[in-house]
Amino acid sequence: MIKVNGENVENIAGKNVAEYLTESGYDIKRVAVELNGDILPKSQYSDTILKEDDCVEIVSFVGGG
Amino acid sequence: MTNNDWYNALEMRHGAELQQKFSSACVAVCGLGGLGSNTAISLARAGVGTLHLIDFDKVDISNLHRQQYAVSQLGMYKTDALKQTLSEISPYCNILTYTLKLTEDNLSILSHCDVICECFDNAESKAMLVNGISELYPVKYIVAASGMSGLHTGNTIQTKRLGKRLYICGDGTSDVADDGTLFAPRVMLCAAHQANTVLRILSGKFEI
Repeated sequence: MIKVNGENVENIAGKNVAEYLTESGYDIKRVAVELNGDILPKSQYSDTILKEDDCVEIVSFVGGG
Repeated sequence: MTNNDWYNALEMRHGAELQQKFSSACVAVCGLGGLGSNTAISLARAGVGTLHLIDFDKVDISNLHRQQYAVSQLGMYKTDALKQTLSEISPYCNILTYTLKLTEDNLSILSHCDVICECFDNAESKAMLVNGISELYPVKYIVAASGMSGLHTGNTIQTKRLGKRLYICGDGTSDVADDGTLFAPRVMLCAAHQANTVLRILSGKFEI
């Protein structure tokens, strides 16, 4: 099981982070991703494969300031 | 008021040890709109020693409803206008201004700062800065903001921590594209969260 934003998500192990974000409807240009306690550099999204017991936090920035 | 008068007054309020931490700190404020102008004022009041103010834009009449600028400053670069305002509040704060648009290619101007405040209004710019700094300077602290538009309750503005060095203030969801506009108090709440988080980081309190 992989935890995404505090919720258990099934059947995503093996996908890379870029794939998961796109399939889940995130706009990659607006997100920051924490993987197991560290901010994942954007350049590594395509090469980082999600695996069992990963803990992912995704922040999708909204406009205004 | 001499530099000593100012420093002693701050020391009396904050204690010598804490004031030394604030005074020796360098903080960047990226974007000088509703978030950045308010954040910078709070940090200057606390006696943060060096502030880097970054924005490419000029003060416009449409900014006055929530940003800390005056009618007399219309048409000035925000960097110059805010520096002028801060010099009345904290004349011995070392203020460096950068009138430019921050992009992935010029993030190195932030290399001397301990903490970086992301105060942009554009969502993609926010993500660019947070990701760019995390990658280029992984030891720096970032205090970002997302979600403070509309006239929603103020009670949903919070500070969240991601990883060890990224903090994000706001409700996380209210997008100005949906809400249509921003209101001064809710933006100030978010900016206050940002400034408070910066001061906590400088004082060595990293938990939220």
